Amino acid sequence: MAPNSVSEVVSLLSEHGDRAKMLAGGTDIIVQLREGLREADVVIDIKKIEDITSFHYCEENGLSLGAAVACYHLYEHPQLSQLYGALADSTHIIGGWQIQSRASVGGNLCNASPAADSIPSLIALNAEAVIAGPEGQRTVAVQDFCTGPGRNVLENNELLVAIQIPAQGGECGSAYERFIPRNEMDIAVVGVGSWIRLSDDGTIAESRISLGAVAATPLFAEEASASLVGKEPTEENFAAAGELAKKIATPISDMRGTDEYRTHLVGVLVKRTLTTAALRAQN
Amino acid sequence: MSASKKVHVTTTINKEEIDFLCEPRHSLLEVLRDNLGLTGSKEGCNNGNCGACTVILNGRPVDSCLVLGVEVEGAEIETVEGIACSSKLHPVQECFLEGAALQCGICTPGFLVAAKALLDKDPNASEETIRFDLSGNLCRCAGYDKIVRAVQAAGQQMNAEA
Amino acid sequence: MTTTQYRVIGSRPVRHDGADKVTGKAIYTADTKLPGMLAGFVLRSPHAHARVVSIDTSQAEAMPGVHAVITGADFPNVEDKVADLGEGSVNLSYLSSNCMAQQKVLYRGHAVAAVAATDVHIAEEAAKKIQVEYEVLESVTWVLDAMKEDAPLLHDDLVTDSMGAKAEQPSNVPVHLHFEKGDAAAAFEEADLIVEREFRTATVHQGYIEPHAVVADYNEDGRLRIWTATQGSFTCRQQTAEVLQIPLGNVLVTPCEIGGGFGGKITVYLEPTAALLSKKSGRPVRIAMTRADVFEASGPTPGSFMRVKLGAKSDGTITAGEAWLAYDAGAYPGGMIGPGCMCVFSCYDIEHAVVDGYDVCLNKPKTSAYRAPGATQVAFATEQLVDELAQKLGMCELEIREKNAVKEGSRRVDGPVYPPIGLLECLDALKQSDHWNTPLSGPNRGRGIAAGFWFGCGLKSSAACTVNSDGTINLLEGSTDIGGSRTSIAMQLAEVLGLEAEDINPQVGDTDTAGYTDVTGGSRVTFATGMAAYEAGRDLQQQMRTLAADLWDCSADDISVGEDGSFSAGGKTVGFKELAVELFAAGEHLVGRATVSPECPTNGFGAQIADVEVDPETGKVTVLRYTTIQDAGKAIHPSYVEGQLQGGTVQGIGWALNEEYFYQDDDTMANASFLDYRMPTMLDVPMIDTIIVETGNPDHPYGVRGVGETPIVPPPAALANAIYNATDTRMTELPMSPPKLWKAMQANQTSE
Repeated sequence: MAPNSVSEVVSLLSEHGDRAKMLAGGTDIIVQLREGLREADVVIDIKKIEDITSFHYCEENGLSLGAAVACYHLYEHPQLSQLYGALADSTHIIGGWQIQSRASVGGNLCNASPAADSIPSLIALNAEAVIAGPEGQRTVAVQDFCTGPGRNVLENNELLVAIQIPAQGGECGSAYERFIPRNEMDIAVVGVGSWIRLSDDGTIAESRISLGAVAATPLFAEEASASLVGKEPTEENFAAAGELAKKIATPISDMRGTDEYRTHLVGVLVKRTLTTAALRAQN
Repeated sequence: MSASKKVHVTTTINKEEIDFLCEPRHSLLEVLRDNLGLTGSKEGCNNGNCGACTVILNGRPVDSCLVLGVEVEGAEIETVEGIACSSKLHPVQECFLEGAALQCGICTPGFLVAAKALLDKDPNASEETIRFDLSGNLCRCAGYDKIVRAVQAAGQQMNAEA
Repeated sequence: MTTTQYRVIGSRPVRHDGADKVTGKAIYTADTKLPGMLAGFVLRSPHAHARVVSIDTSQAEAMPGVHAVITGADFPNVEDKVADLGEGSVNLSYLSSNCMAQQKVLYRGHAVAAVAATDVHIAEEAAKKIQVEYEVLESVTWVLDAMKEDAPLLHDDLVTDSMGAKAEQPSNVPVHLHFEKGDAAAAFEEADLIVEREFRTATVHQGYIEPHAVVADYNEDGRLRIWTATQGSFTCRQQTAEVLQIPLGNVLVTPCEIGGGFGGKITVYLEPTAALLSKKSGRPVRIAMTRADVFEASGPTPGSFMRVKLGAKSDGTITAGEAWLAYDAGAYPGGMIGPGCMCVFSCYDIEHAVVDGYDVCLNKPKTSAYRAPGATQVAFATEQLVDELAQKLGMCELEIREKNAVKEGSRRVDGPVYPPIGLLECLDALKQSDHWNTPLSGPNRGRGIAAGFWFGCGLKSSAACTVNSDGTINLLEGSTDIGGSRTSIAMQLAEVLGLEAEDINPQVGDTDTAGYTDVTGGSRVTFATGMAAYEAGRDLQQQMRTLAADLWDCSADDISVGEDGSFSAGGKTVGFKELAVELFAAGEHLVGRATVSPECPTNGFGAQIADVEVDPETGKVTVLRYTTIQDAGKAIHPSYVEGQLQGGTVQGIGWALNEEYFYQDDDTMANASFLDYRMPTMLDVPMIDTIIVETGNPDHPYGVRGVGETPIVPPPAALANAIYNATDTRMTELPMSPPKLWKAMQANQTSE
């Protein structure tokens, strides 16, 4: 089914409950349905809905990103890819080019994989999820959106409409990096998104660090983020933040890496993404 | 996904308007291959990890195994069968032949379609860009060397013909 | 080096099947559609080891759209009998139960039932309604565990055959091989330096992009027609007929275009199943594996445990070798341990050596050939130890290889004495190469080299060529073309007849039309089927001399055939085409034919150079530069020889760095997808430089040696040596994936 409005989707959802699944880019849901990992009686294609497939940026409110906007729009957009470096980094490495032509950031968020590439970037950028339901709209911070592997805060009769990301001043910079054994087409062993705002004197005014694939959900590394405030953007300080971030990592050992290795990578990637974010903020 | 009523879809494939009926669970790849006889698009993995089923959908390369047939209502699709202009091969096809950039040939259609999409965007794509943008296409025979060179050569030929 | 000037050989024509393959017109098995065709789906075991207590298919059979359901009970009882597959052999009762489990499932993915229905989705739904009751048994997937006395037994009646002597107690070890040369124990006593290490390698898959597929049509008259993705239509015919217990002549196998094989498409998996579904339903049936099926239920290549020891004199002469090798056979006997034993010291002239090898059954899919099967594992061990010897003796790693390289007259540990071979020439090409002579600099970087060997076999090939009225030729041969072999075979015919490659129209025939031809494997096609085409050309020339003698009113002996294929007599010279046209006009039409079965291996040697950079913080390896050198004997179509070198090398790089069957605690595979199996993408490798050495093979009219397999042998060793030179860390386990390398580097730093 391909409804034309958000309210139509909400009423379909109210009718079918968890037997209805949303189809945006389809790169996760089609595979999951095919392999029996998720089940559905009704698949609702939301790509005919203007609000969900469009995006707007303004200096006041920042970026409003429709839930079904495909990845390539972000990294191919000259202004947005500059402003939201972390999100451009993420969207450029989700699957290959073919996947990026279809997969959406909203879908990546709703799929709620602990290793999702865009979620640490959204958390670092302090994004909010805009959710529609029978009672109207509500917003939830992306850092609180995922509740477990493959699970999120959406009720059966709710859908993600858009993601709201705060405006970025010139003193801000962000970056996302993941570690994978190959160079593309892989699932993050660990992913880290970092965002930095610099003061006029070049010290760090504010920072947000987020970790992927080291817990049941992507994490906001609060203590590590706060530790940088007022500090110089140096490798030593970034490495120290990395050590703090490691404390909240509780990864599993699996085919992608051991818990020990993953925890170690948190330190490496926090340092590397902060370095890139700072460089981007300085330029 | 379970079976349900077939849906009528009208779409454009290789510049020709085409109607077909398909179940909602049928992928575009299944529709192309089983309903429409366009078997040039290949199934290597059926979950978006090999690129052998790549087609151009509304100007962008996609894995047709990750598109549902019902989604392409009103869309423009280009498959490997539509790359050549009437009897003349597209430069990327010619360069694959001249450069021996195929061995078993099963990944070749996907590579050709993705490479065409890339060269349409940027015929001067660097080796790095080619390797990045085509990393969603797996080849197991050729070791990629001759494929990269063929794509580069095709870009040059397209520039020369432009 | 060969110096003969050829017209066609050594040139680079566009392949004959090229246009079909770049336009999507080439027909692969899954593209085949027959009227009334049904889709098949195979139900597979979720357990690594279990007894099948009962199977209830009634719900599946009752589903609308379902036309046939079969289980192991529908397969005829096949007695123990060993069948020759050309390259390797198989016990037919094992083959049959590998196609469809009888009392026990021996690995996750083992087929237990199959359904044919009007649509693959219906077949899948129906298959999931089949009730299988399993009694789960203890399982084992690590080779050393499977060899233990108290290991769970896969086959109750299997006893070890140790060079002919049968053990009394059953075990998981069907075969123990033992080879000896000289007195290794004494030589180690006298050695100035001994190096010894244990090595482990993971199970890996060939990774062809086309999943196994088959179409079977069982006619009412008992005739079975099969269209399939196979490396050998004749062995496919034989296996299918034997498993189904029907006359060989009732089976027609048509090889479709094939999307890669690398040794993995020789054994039958789906053919008997599709045939039985077709017989039961009275309709043609197509079955295609899913990608997960391909990983879990086709034939990957063995994981291994190896303990290898080398002894040397202080001048660098390697005097003693010892190897103890245990390879996965998979669920059924018949792994790659034989070639493993023969290849472990195949590159070095070691006077005293002893090799023990064990084929070990465990709860993984039955292993099969993968490009130089069994050789890559042992090269990973030996080539690292050779480097270690050099390093400890203060020698250059190239010098120690030159000093000990096998040459004409060297005897391998398993017996054969080498004819003229090209390892020294490859090492010399390495020494002269731009890569070797360009210093590598920068932190965390290292360069490594390694040598490699594969036998290359001859086996049986046939060719027939029909001369058209315009003097062009239709060439019929039976070698499935996986990488351009139609053209390399046609070029040899063109060369002998004085034609152009384009004058030949090569076709791969089916088992009813082509003469008997063994598998496309063993690096043999361009060598042996090329030789058959050459001989068929010679046959034509003989016939034409006889016929022309009538026409020209002279004796056939008076007519000579030139190097350019022209016919001369009494001052008159005409080309092949001209004479063919003349003869046709005179009412003569011609078919040349030849069968060949060369017995000698073609002995392909190679050497490779790898430059890497290791990220010290993550253990990730970046391949910076790579050069693959190989003795091709004579390159018929250099582009496709380069392609073989590049493709094999990149497969070897994948094997070295990331590929592995990752087993979970319940002995099932965790990563049965392209996403998680991690074959190299385009972004993971650099350009692969190639150097083709041509030493000429005296056993082939144009000097061809097989080239397909050797290139996969050196990469893991070359990369391990490069990693050692970059990090001071010796990696003894494959894959050398980032977590493992990082861990090893940590341990290395701690121990320093």
